[in-house]
Amino acid sequence: MPTIQSFPLDAFVVAAEFLGPEPVFALGDGNVALVDGASAEKHAVHSGGLLAAARTLDGNRLITTGDDGRVVAIDAGGKIDEIALQPKKWIDQVACGPDGVIAYASGRQVFVRFANGKERVLEHERTAAGLAFAPKGLRLAVARYNGVSLWWIGTDAKPTEFEWKGSHLGATFSPDGKNVITTMQENSLHGWRVADGGGHMRMSGYPGKVKSMSWSAKGRFLATSGAEMAVLWPFHFKDGPMGKQPLQLGTRDQIVTFVACHPTEEVVAIGYKDGMVLAVRFADSDEAILRKPGEGGPISALAWDKKGIRLAFGTEGGQAGVIDLAS
Amino acid sequence: MTETLIPVTVLTGYLGAGKTTLLNRILSENHGKKYAVIVNEFGEIGIDNDLIVESDEEIYEMNNGCVCCTVRGDLIRVVEGLMKRPGGFDGILVETTGLANPAPVAQTFFMDDDVRAKSRLDAVVTVADAMNLLTRLDDAPEAEEQIAFADVILLNKSDLVDAEKLAAVERRIREINPHATIHRTERCAIDLSKVLDRGAFDLERILTLDPEFLEGEDHDHDHVHDENCGHDHHDHDHVHDENCGHDHHGHDHHHHHPRHDESVFSVSLRGGTLDPNKFFPWIQEITQSEGPNILRLKGILAMDKDPQRYVLQGVHMIVEGTHQRDWAEGEKRESRLVFIGRKLNEAALRKAFEDCVIAA
Repeated sequence: MPTIQSFPLDAFVVAAEFLGPEPVFALGDGNVALVDGASAEKHAVHSGGLLAAARTLDGNRLITTGDDGRVVAIDAGGKIDEIALQPKKWIDQVACGPDGVIAYASGRQVFVRFANGKERVLEHERTAAGLAFAPKGLRLAVARYNGVSLWWIGTDAKPTEFEWKGSHLGATFSPDGKNVITTMQENSLHGWRVADGGGHMRMSGYPGKVKSMSWSAKGRFLATSGAEMAVLWPFHFKDGPMGKQPLQLGTRDQIVTFVACHPTEEVVAIGYKDGMVLAVRFADSDEAILRKPGEGGPISALAWDKKGIRLAFGTEGGQAGVIDLAS
Repeated sequence: MTETLIPVTVLTGYLGAGKTTLLNRILSENHGKKYAVIVNEFGEIGIDNDLIVESDEEIYEMNNGCVCCTVRGDLIRVVEGLMKRPGGFDGILVETTGLANPAPVAQTFFMDDDVRAKSRLDAVVTVADAMNLLTRLDDAPEAEEQIAFADVILLNKSDLVDAEKLAAVERRIREINPHATIHRTERCAIDLSKVLDRGAFDLERILTLDPEFLEGEDHDHDHVHDENCGHDHHDHDHVHDENCGHDHHGHDHHHHHPRHDESVFSVSLRGGTLDPNKFFPWIQEITQSEGPNILRLKGILAMDKDPQRYVLQGVHMIVEGTHQRDWAEGEKRESRLVFIGRKLNEAALRKAFEDCVIAA
């Protein structure tokens, strides 16, 4: 049986990550909790609420944004740097890219911050709802109303616009960079081929909004929340998931609120509305209970460590912890 | 985890009517409550205790084949963000721009599951300018929609017009929306309990579809409706007719105001017990086919062989209903249904409704 180390953090867990070996939790009350041995220590990062968080690609820092208009970096040692300030703005989206680039959004503006401190603003006609960097090259996808805009952030070129009617809320690139997928207000996903904006992959059937997406090892499947099981769309076929049945893992009478694929194995960690966490193997649907339904409400964050031995989790109601599969 | 839903009050009103004055009153009054206020633009508002959020009105059509299904995308995100904060709020106030149609805000609280899970629409409060409302209603569709959607109307600047004009304005409001509570105000001075925590969209709290009259605080004013109610109705003003708790079958609407094709007006229907096998298919069909024209609908219905009151409400194509409570002993088992909208075919609605009636 895995062991669970629990931390009652008493605030909505917006994100869980590992900075090197250390678990870190970004909290809705504006704090970031760093785990030090047996306890978690809260560091005040934002003066209001903390709205979004993303780990830098080197894995050393967590970038958080808040309704105080600040973009802040914190490392495992608790060192805090303010990266940007947009007074009076709610900054509710953030993504980290290659070479230390950070993108964050407030309303219709997306700000791109380069490692050298240079910043540029990408203007949109509608609110920028979700941000994702391509795996290679300085390319940023911005989910928006009626589609997604793809920017080459190192150039002044106009964005490439992929259209699909409806409100697009989140975005992710497939690890091979060939597809861009969005989550939608209409309880579905939409995908395009990055090369030409074609392909139109429509993935629907969810009873609720899809809020969590995670690519499996080698990018073979895209795991998603929003149904009473994890729904994994196959992307290893030539035409992607079109015309294929998705894998459906961990079916329960509870909505899946978060998914996190294992970094190396074809296994997905699934968090549910009642606080349960399962790990399920793709090949035989074999399930292991990592956390029983419990205190703290819906699972709002999950993250594997680099080796895939420990899993950090957090809930809307302020419970957080680390599940160790090795012990 | 508390399951209490945070009440959301929508403040609308045409440009210059006094919305900001009302907002400032709500925020500055010493009520010990904490509000999150969503505004279009930071203005001269803000009290330390409250959180002011600036947000662009982002109206999104749902890609579900329904042209009138719109949501405020920015509102969904802001509400989600607010729910992550500790302590919570006693309420959320959404101030719309003066030119806004309140439908998308209201629909957001019906259509978005996440918003529904955390918050509830409490009421649409419309501030109207007694001096200019009649003109606005003729030239601005948004002004009509704001009156049509209102649960509470502050007839503001009432000190700047005479009694006759005030009565005319109220009659016109009643043509559009017979059930909103109207309060005459000066500089939006009002007891906040009449504005906040109204439960106007709470099916459990729909008590009556009798017209709401001016309330206690207005005793020094003339009650324009008074003389028309509670008596025989022979030669009185027909605008009030169907709103008074008496028999008025067969009366047609008589509008003093020349109704143009796009005017918003209401159709009030009354009957005895209904055949649910006829009523539900009809209300489903009519809200689908006429959804874009139906701004709001409300009903308290007596279904055949059903010991409970069935209550219903809708915004455009969205309709929801529930059994509310047993009919009380001595309570008249009667069905009432009110449509507020444009281009409503009153005769057809009346006929279809009457076809559902089993017993008068």
